[in-house]
Amino acid sequence: MSVDTSKVATSNSSAAIAKKPSKAGAAANWADERLGIATLAKKNLRKVFPDHWSFMLGEIALWSFVVLLLSGVFLTLWYVPSMGEVTYNGSYDQLRGIEMSEAYASSLKLSFDVRGGLLLRQMHHWAAMLFIASMFIHLLRVYFTGAHRKPRELNWVIGCLLLILGMLEGFTGYSLPDDLLSGTGIRSADGFMKSIPVVGTYVSFFLFGGEFPGESIIPRLYTIHVLLIPGLLLGLIAAHMLLLVYHKHTQWPGPGRTEQNVVGFPMLPVYAAKAGGFFFIVFGLATVMGGILTINPVWLYGPYDPSKVTAGSQPDWYMGMPDGALRIMPGLETHLFGYTLPWNVFLPIIVLPGVLFTILLVLPFIEAWITGDKRNHHLLERPRNAPSRTAFMVSLMTLYGLLWAAAGNDIIAIKLHLSINQITYFMRGAVFVGPVIAFILTRRWCISLQRSDNETLLHGYETGVLMRSPEGGYTERHLPIAQESAYTLTVRDRDPVDDDVTTTVDANGVQGPSGPLDGLRRRLRTLMYADNIQAPTRDELTEAHHHADHEHELAAAMEGRPADGHQFDGKHELEGEPLRKD
Amino acid sequence: MTDLQHDPQHDNLPAINDSVSDPGLPAHLWRPTDVDPRLEKRAERQVASLFVLSMVCAVLFLVSYFALKVGDNPTVFLGSGASNVALGLSFGGALLFIGIGVIQWARKLMDDHEIIEMRHPAASPPEDREATLAALSQGTEESGIARRPLIRNTLLGSVTILLAPVVVLLRDLGPLPGDKLESTVWTQGMRVVRDVVGTPIRAADLEIGDLVNAEPEIIFAVDEEGEHVLEGVELQVAKSKAAVILLRMDPDDNTPGPGRENWSVDGILCYSKICTHVGCPISLNERKTHHLLCPCHQSTFDLADAAKVVFGPAARPLPQLPLAVDADGYLVAQSDFTEPVGPSYWGRDSG
Repeated sequence: MSVDTSKVATSNSSAAIAKKPSKAGAAANWADERLGIATLAKKNLRKVFPDHWSFMLGEIALWSFVVLLLSGVFLTLWYVPSMGEVTYNGSYDQLRGIEMSEAYASSLKLSFDVRGGLLLRQMHHWAAMLFIASMFIHLLRVYFTGAHRKPRELNWVIGCLLLILGMLEGFTGYSLPDDLLSGTGIRSADGFMKSIPVVGTYVSFFLFGGEFPGESIIPRLYTIHVLLIPGLLLGLIAAHMLLLVYHKHTQWPGPGRTEQNVVGFPMLPVYAAKAGGFFFIVFGLATVMGGILTINPVWLYGPYDPSKVTAGSQPDWYMGMPDGALRIMPGLETHLFGYTLPWNVFLPIIVLPGVLFTILLVLPFIEAWITGDKRNHHLLERPRNAPSRTAFMVSLMTLYGLLWAAAGNDIIAIKLHLSINQITYFMRGAVFVGPVIAFILTRRWCISLQRSDNETLLHGYETGVLMRSPEGGYTERHLPIAQESAYTLTVRDRDPVDDDVTTTVDANGVQGPSGPLDGLRRRLRTLMYADNIQAPTRDELTEAHHHADHEHELAAAMEGRPADGHQFDGKHELEGEPLRKD
Repeated sequence: MTDLQHDPQHDNLPAINDSVSDPGLPAHLWRPTDVDPRLEKRAERQVASLFVLSMVCAVLFLVSYFALKVGDNPTVFLGSGASNVALGLSFGGALLFIGIGVIQWARKLMDDHEIIEMRHPAASPPEDREATLAALSQGTEESGIARRPLIRNTLLGSVTILLAPVVVLLRDLGPLPGDKLESTVWTQGMRVVRDVVGTPIRAADLEIGDLVNAEPEIIFAVDEEGEHVLEGVELQVAKSKAAVILLRMDPDDNTPGPGRENWSVDGILCYSKICTHVGCPISLNERKTHHLLCPCHQSTFDLADAAKVVFGPAARPLPQLPLAVDADGYLVAQSDFTEPVGPSYWGRDSG
């Protein structure tokens, strides 16, 4: 495409023009003489950030956290964290005259007697959904593209902590209105705590200030929700961002984008504008959702009463996974020497989430141990080029998804007219079989995609043009892909060949230290790499291109004739290329 | 300290594939707004219009804040109150238009030349490490902590023992459990009354198949001065353990548990309403099968068979309350529950 660049707008080429000292300049001077901000800003004002839509996911989490802070402060101005009993006499007819806790009464006041109160309540809840959902998807993006590898392992750990804290923050938050639904959640949480061996009953009594429900749980959850966890979140987010700036962002490989550089747009003005604008978009989206999409209508649930419950009681979606495990767990309990061990609660709700979270936390370290890879990685990997890694996360996702679906077994049974018993029995098996099937399928799928990439590299892309030979045979015309695309497809790690897989001897011929887990490690390395397809070497590419040239010679009879196929591949001028007439 | 030194040779993996040479960064493509002043002007107007729209929305927000009432009816419009919808849309619009405007500005008008920045290794340079280690050992040396084990060990001891006061400070978070979980407010002769209204129940009031949510009489009791006997926390704690369900079935259908043959009255059985799984109140009754389903995690109990678990994650039957009839013909409890109600806990079998 030729463009007349002589008329390029002045905004793109204006040189810095020296100006008279301004007021802003004087202020900057005042600040710099005291804070030395110029040195700090010098490096960062034009810091480069690479561009890709998937880098926006973490930004959604960041901005929804800011929305949560702002809307949360507004809510605290009216919310009363007390379980003291009052008689409701606010605007909502259906509950007037009913005894309820001050917490619930003030939630109703926020919803019906404070202008904009319901909006902010719903914004706060929607922003929490966005916060946790975007953290989940951001985590998947990071893992699938290999951004958790050295030197970013600790930032992965911080991110995982943010996720678990975010979920706890969500649980403590939706428990605060003290309505029937959230009270049922707290009641279950009391049951969960009591299932812990030896200390469970003490944990419950200390947290509730006595027997369930007591009068302390709401004020205590409030302190945890508005002070303790937000403080931790804030500190960890700051650390997460600082490390991001220090490491510089990862980037996708491509022409001119290497392990040594980072290519993109500068912080000022482009990223400041894009990220700043995006804050307003996330904020605006949460506001519109709070305006038109009802969420957690606590006035419909009524005040908490320990003798009541509604059918179809569900936790917020991010708490669904352990709840599903709880639902499909068989009723096992051990009674021994006068003590009770309720496996049916302790295993699915205390042990399982702990184990899954620990696995998540140590993933980068396990991978580094298996691969023995000690290099820094700043170029992202396509999920297909790490088949076993991708497959492992997909099997974790499958387990998560199945447990999550199991938490809705009653809803599924009602909506699809199925037997809840059969759904539950099915899920008991599926949570073991499903992840294995998902692992195998995903791994083979990735390897097939690698093959397909190699096919394109070696034999060119399909033009969609069918050729008929004089003998009457039909072939599809393939043309080589552009060098830029070929470079992007081939520039990736070459996996260790089989010899490397079965030995711990490093490049210098030094025998690595052997340990009891070497056998396991070797098997895992085999699983990690054995069937992967490597990008073609320079020789293979050259040979394939010779072969293609030879084919072109065979088709030379067609060469130069109108409509020989080159015309419609989108890379050639169509002018003066009439369609063949006969 | 060799292990601190960065050793790039230690990599035991082959290097990155280089079968195709790097063609380098592609040439910058000018955007239409870069080369056509007309389009540039238009983009400028677009951005400014978006900001103006934001101002309009902000004004609309103020109008709806003062014009619309809250609390009249929460379901006037789209299942929400008119005030909420108007405030949400106007405020949301004001924010969104700013965001879209700024991003449009960045995309269309700000310079879009990609620039390159070189990375630095995350690790510090070796000389910095040396200097740090030297400073560290000098500092340690000057403190004398290695040479004076008496000071070091007593300091460690004092800091460790400091944990004790910190933990003990939390002791008053709550009372010790004791045997509180083992009993409820039910006592011998206490009437079983209907939930919500608190009226006592005669055996004849129940048809076969009827299920009634019930409470002990003390939940609704008032003293001589008309004050409730149980209030606030005490009331909530009592309700959370003492809630029961009453069910009348054909006595022939019922298989009473061992020793519970005389716990029912004319086929009326009384069970704890608190699920033995994690403590949800249960009340979904399947009339034909006498099955009771917990809505939280779907544990199902067969009320005609001593409330044994027939499905779901619960491990124990619902505790049964022995029933009798008092002199006035009302249903009463023979005693408290004979086992703790609600979820299992470690010391449950100790009593």
